Amino acid sequence: MSKAHILKAIQHNKPEPRPLPDIPGFESSSMDIVQAFGSTSAQNGTRVVNAADFADLESALRTLFPDKGKIASTLPDLTSEVNLQNSAPDALVDVDIAVIGGQVGVAENGAVWVTEADCVHRVLPFIAQHLVLVLPEDRIVRNMHEAYAQIKIDDTGFGVFIAGPSKTADIEQSLVIGAQGARSLTIILT
Amino acid sequence: MKIALFIPCYIDQFYPQVGIATLELLESLGCTVHFPEGQTCCGQPMANTGCEQDAIPTYEHYVETFSGYDYVVTPSGSCAYHVRKHYDIIEQTDAVQHLRKRTLDLSEFLLDVLKVEQLNARFPAKVGLHQSCHGLRGLRLGPGSERNLNAPSALHTLLSMVEGVEIAELERADECCGFGGTFAINEPDISAKMGKDRIADHARAGVEVITAGDMSCLMHLEGILRRQGSPIQVKHIAEILNTKA
Amino acid sequence: MKEHATKAAAFIKDEARTDWHDESLWFVRSKRDKAAHDIPEWEQLRELASQIKDHTLSHLDEYLEAFEAKAKENGVTVHWAADAAEHNRIVHSILQEHNARRIVKSKSMLTEECGLNEYLEEQDIEVIDTDLGERIIQLKEEPPSHIVMPAIHLKKEEVGELFHQKLQTKKGATDPQYLTEAARQHLRQSFLQADAAITGVNFAIAETGGVVVCTNEGNADMGTHLAPLQIHCMGIEKILPKAEHLGVFTRLLARSATGQPSTIFTSHHHKAKEGGAMHIVIVDNGRTTQLGRPDFRNSLKCIRCGACMNTCPIYRRSGGHSYDSTVPGPIGSILTPGIDLKKYSGLPFASTLCGSCSDVCPVKIDIHEQLYKWRQIIAEEGHLPAAKKQSMIMAGKVLSRPGWYKAAGKSARWVTRWLPRPLIYNSLNTWGKARELPKAPKESFQEWYRKNRSAS
Repeated sequence: MSKAHILKAIQHNKPEPRPLPDIPGFESSSMDIVQAFGSTSAQNGTRVVNAADFADLESALRTLFPDKGKIASTLPDLTSEVNLQNSAPDALVDVDIAVIGGQVGVAENGAVWVTEADCVHRVLPFIAQHLVLVLPEDRIVRNMHEAYAQIKIDDTGFGVFIAGPSKTADIEQSLVIGAQGARSLTIILT
Repeated sequence: MKIALFIPCYIDQFYPQVGIATLELLESLGCTVHFPEGQTCCGQPMANTGCEQDAIPTYEHYVETFSGYDYVVTPSGSCAYHVRKHYDIIEQTDAVQHLRKRTLDLSEFLLDVLKVEQLNARFPAKVGLHQSCHGLRGLRLGPGSERNLNAPSALHTLLSMVEGVEIAELERADECCGFGGTFAINEPDISAKMGKDRIADHARAGVEVITAGDMSCLMHLEGILRRQGSPIQVKHIAEILNTKA
Repeated sequence: MKEHATKAAAFIKDEARTDWHDESLWFVRSKRDKAAHDIPEWEQLRELASQIKDHTLSHLDEYLEAFEAKAKENGVTVHWAADAAEHNRIVHSILQEHNARRIVKSKSMLTEECGLNEYLEEQDIEVIDTDLGERIIQLKEEPPSHIVMPAIHLKKEEVGELFHQKLQTKKGATDPQYLTEAARQHLRQSFLQADAAITGVNFAIAETGGVVVCTNEGNADMGTHLAPLQIHCMGIEKILPKAEHLGVFTRLLARSATGQPSTIFTSHHHKAKEGGAMHIVIVDNGRTTQLGRPDFRNSLKCIRCGACMNTCPIYRRSGGHSYDSTVPGPIGSILTPGIDLKKYSGLPFASTLCGSCSDVCPVKIDIHEQLYKWRQIIAEEGHLPAAKKQSMIMAGKVLSRPGWYKAAGKSARWVTRWLPRPLIYNSLNTWGKARELPKAPKESFQEWYRKNRSAS
């Protein structure tokens, strides 16, 4: 009922057709995209490290999180202390560190594309106290235009660009890290 | 080149020295300037209050008064903007279309038509430049702090031709002063507070004289300065450009 | 009509607090400038965004239908609501179907506009707002004062006292870190217990049938991914044609809103989680009417970044509540008259027409020009106070007649020169409340000209 009514009102009221513009590439020539990714990530409050500086993923986590805690990993080369397949989403509330693979990193804003397929549970990157994303360096692109060209947003039921730890400035514009989602974000570049 | 001078109503009545400075400056640059008799106002006070229909006779009077000139020059970005932007509700005769292109703010006329590159002026003072909104964002006399464009504003360019002028760095380069025509009367508290805040910015920068391309902003700021007993002066940019070295 | 002026005058009485409010928002505006100026193609992006929205609005019916078809293919249930009442009824019926009684909601100006919280609470359904700012004002029982920073008008001491009463934080605690942590613990419980999550929508993609929700806190994701039922409520104008257009809009949104290069979480929802359900409610509530107004239709391009509020010198000094509308500030002042012209006839006058709003707008809405146009309509339809209208008719007569003008000018100058101060500076002269009148010169420019130039 309302659908027909709304569509009719739009047909009656909409303006003459206007063209859809093409989106140019905006290629800036000399940008070192890995370096730019590192510095924008740092501004967002993200810690970026190189996998090459550690023997393996496990020792990286031991170094980066000395107090460690309960790890949930979706990566084959890191043992998960939580059986993700057999856990209900709300059981993940006591996960300390979630380790997840990222698909594409964006130099201009430090965002990393993560999908449902990478998380097992959609809530995992949000509910864990700390989030670690493992991202191949050669998957970093310049800007959001390139990022959207690389991904298919409806490949899975859910996908998200994550650009830092959860934060808020809702009390007097004071920046507080660790609002409702993960308290920290670490990106390990491989 | 036939040039007419348009002196807006409030400048005519309260700041004749600004009209005189504009006229003398143009004459000193070799222009023959006509001042058409019977001119009044661009009609903005009514239109900005929502009564543009009541402003139509004033628009028509303006068109009648200023038809037949190559340029109409006025020391007010706001009035020039009004003519160019809002005279779209009257019949678009050739005369109206011409005036909607050729009514220029003084700074535009100096830089874009006369192509002035130097002035024989001297004004040794620390000057705070108030970027009047209609000139800045209406006529685009400068890039404005909001937009990602790199260009000096027209008023900066002109002021930097005056010997002795030191242009102050302000914390807020182009925030509105709060005049806003009838806004000053409708919302007197906010209007005055905005003016006070602009003045405080200029005062912190050690400004001795606040200048602008619109006397209406300066009338508002001067009203507050005088109530405060402040030593800061206001001068229309024409008055500074017309000083003699 | 004078309502904004009255509320603004009350707000500004506490000058120190006004300065604090102004500075807080100016700080955000400055961060926005820096972020925008770091992108060389910023102005080009604004133009692209504007054109994409123009195009989309001119094909809105087609894109909405394509969006619905694709969403249905994805297993999502799509609903259409003509107005706020229908929107609220639809949301309620979905909740009833799923037997949902505890709801977590992330920020949505649309549900605010529709009064959803109040409606659901009347039906005995618990609604917890989960954005920190929204939660603060919900606990304080106040409307938001800003669309991005809902509690920007409150001081940390006030939040501390509120949390002490409602969340049992320590008396006198004001540290934002501590208060945020308390809210985190409190909200985690709500997320875990929720039967349903409701979110607003930043963008909806016609090509894929999905919705995009942007937050910094991660609250929308905590809600939607934990609760079995997720409901996304969107205005008809949220549509974009394709995923590639998100590239333009995600680059503009956070930079304009807070000066961040991106929101922390940009979440793309296409299908329900395993075992869950996903619904989308598409709402008109006056938007099609606005689409039919050529002078005002492009207000529908708004992406709710709030940049026009942060830059508005009047908003910064009068606070969001002085506008008395869900969306305050410059954009609110052009949206609300389209909904109730009489009630909001004062808002288009709460502006100096300085134009800063239009220049920060990431989708290039000509906000200040629309304010000017609303003023014309308000006057035409008789909503100006009679005295003001009369004075404008009089001014129109004087200023179109040189003889009258000359006489009026002379007497105005005479008045300010010769009348004693108490006769000029009294309660009727609002100019004189905080300002001196200009010193009247002996002669006008015209008089000077006749003496000094006419003869030559």
